[in-house]
Amino acid sequence: MELKVADLTVARGGVPVLEGVGFTLRGGEALILRGPNGSGKTTLLRTLAGLQPPLEGSVSMPAEAVAYAGHADGIKPTLTVAENLRFWAAIYGTHGIADALAAFDLAALQTRPAQNLSAGQKRRLGLARLAVTGRPLWMLDEPTVSLDTASVSRFGAALKAHLAGGGAALIATHIDLGIAAQVLDVTPFRARPRAGTGAFDEAFA
Amino acid sequence: MASVWEFANPRKFMAVSDRALPWLFTLAGAALAIGLVWGFFFTPDDFRQGSTVKIIYLHVPSAMMAINAWIMMLLASLIWIVRRHHVSALAAKAAAPIGVTFTVIALATGAIWGQPMWGTWWAWDPRLTSFLILFLFYLGYMALWQAIEDPDTAADLTSVLCLVGSVFAVISRYALIFWNQGLHQGATLSLDKEENIADVFYFPLLVCIAGFVLLFIALVFYRTRTEIRARRLYAIGLKERMV
Amino acid sequence: MLALFTRDLRLAIRAGGGFGLALAFFLIVTALVPFGVGPDTGVLTRIAPGILWVGALLACLLSLDRIFALDYEDGSLDLLATAPIPLEAVVATKAAAHWVTTGLPLTLAAPLLGVLLNLAPGGYLWLTISLAAGTPALSIIGTFGAALTVGLKRGGLLLSLLVLPLYVPTLIFGAELTRRGAEGQAVETPLALIAGITLGAAALLPFAAAAALRVNLR
Repeated sequence: MELKVADLTVARGGVPVLEGVGFTLRGGEALILRGPNGSGKTTLLRTLAGLQPPLEGSVSMPAEAVAYAGHADGIKPTLTVAENLRFWAAIYGTHGIADALAAFDLAALQTRPAQNLSAGQKRRLGLARLAVTGRPLWMLDEPTVSLDTASVSRFGAALKAHLAGGGAALIATHIDLGIAAQVLDVTPFRARPRAGTGAFDEAFA
Repeated sequence: MASVWEFANPRKFMAVSDRALPWLFTLAGAALAIGLVWGFFFTPDDFRQGSTVKIIYLHVPSAMMAINAWIMMLLASLIWIVRRHHVSALAAKAAAPIGVTFTVIALATGAIWGQPMWGTWWAWDPRLTSFLILFLFYLGYMALWQAIEDPDTAADLTSVLCLVGSVFAVISRYALIFWNQGLHQGATLSLDKEENIADVFYFPLLVCIAGFVLLFIALVFYRTRTEIRARRLYAIGLKERMV
Repeated sequence: MLALFTRDLRLAIRAGGGFGLALAFFLIVTALVPFGVGPDTGVLTRIAPGILWVGALLACLLSLDRIFALDYEDGSLDLLATAPIPLEAVVATKAAAHWVTTGLPLTLAAPLLGVLLNLAPGGYLWLTISLAAGTPALSIIGTFGAALTVGLKRGGLLLSLLVLPLYVPTLIFGAELTRRGAEGQAVETPLALIAGITLGAAALLPFAAAAALRVNLR
């Protein structure tokens, strides 16, 4: 399990936001992305998750390795906690949601419809989804939003267990998760204004 | 050897179209003036339809161009999907309002012709109805361009719509023939000479068609230039927001 | 895919009334027609196949924008796009779920509404068959339209403008099949044609819709 990124340029709305990004992430390691708001962390994560094509550069990783978690949790309010999780387990072809429920302290809530959860509980459910995917490479975009201190440390513990099992994680966050991780500040990779809008044609500018 | 794809470069397109436009407009104007004057004043009345037949000099060319404009948009969309040349996508966008105008002219002149001939402004004849449906396709295509902010996303989605729409337009055409056999006279022009109208009507009609084709090309060039400029403004705006 | 299908069905049933809305709309549209054209049973018998088909088509249109909009808003669509099932399969599954929650109930309810419009006795069987064969095409074409407009703020109205012209052939063959059935004429040709449209749409449109979704998620 190795994610290798070389000389990557990512664009938002056709405008390059980051260029020349390169790093390597191996199994058991975590990489924290830092940078001010609007610096392109989300765009970088979405590109690596395969939701948008990169403008330049190469990304190499094993097939079907990524589990992505964005700002929105993808939770269906009318389904219960267990139904939400079981759905994702079926999509990813894994079995058993008990471990994920336990890891994020959701066992007591499992028959409750997701619309009756608090914001922090919803977030925990969203993160528990990662555990049921069985994917080795987690890509997380601000995973700790609306989590309380206890939940953050619980998440840190889940993350540690994931890394100990040979998994890897790429996380955009500003708070200390209590794990040993490399830090990549994206600010130096900010794209310089170019002659064109970058996408395809120099002659539009 | 110069490749045809060079014109996909916006700069090159702007330079070439700038030189070509005066010629295109002059030729289109001349062909239309000759064709229409010849057709309206120097052809005999039809022995059955009287002078009303002369509306074919507007009706037939505009109906042809209504369809040809859609075909051109389809080709331009395919080029955009395959080769991702911006000029191609913008030309498709530029052609739609022209195509819809030709469709409206064809429908209106058809109604004006139909009133004395069939005794009704509108009949649910397969040909008339297909033009009505074509009109709706144009409206949907233009509305989708309007609705999407990002120009590349808009180009992608409208191209997919144009492709799928073309398939359904063909199916609709056959569905309509199945639905109602219709009143409309047979094709005015076809490769089979026996079927054709008399030469005395035919030659001015050809000149009119040439005029409409030239006018269409000139208008597409003209509007594509506008779209390229608008795209440039958008690119400049993006760049300024970045700095 | 089965999981996605059952999830969509469960959501449609639990969404609080969304499930029955299309049926209620179909009933109201059909019931309004006699108020417009008068109670003459001869006229109603003649126009019944067309009215029932147009009513079913409009009822189908109502729920199209929900196919992707909710999943887009809550982030599920992003997650599905990164999941191991191909997006084409997601589109096809969602179209199937839409048909089961909309087209199938409409097909089953249509004969009852046929009574209201005094449909000829021979028409009931063919009305049901034509809707069963044609409404899947309506769902698939509608799913394509929904994929095109998923990111747009006022996508609903635009969706109708894009989808309705695409519905023309299905409507023509469906209503013609019902009419011929009601009048006891040969039904093979329109039946083959409407089945052909449904199969062709099912084979090709998921690819176009998935392409549109990928563009919209970018």
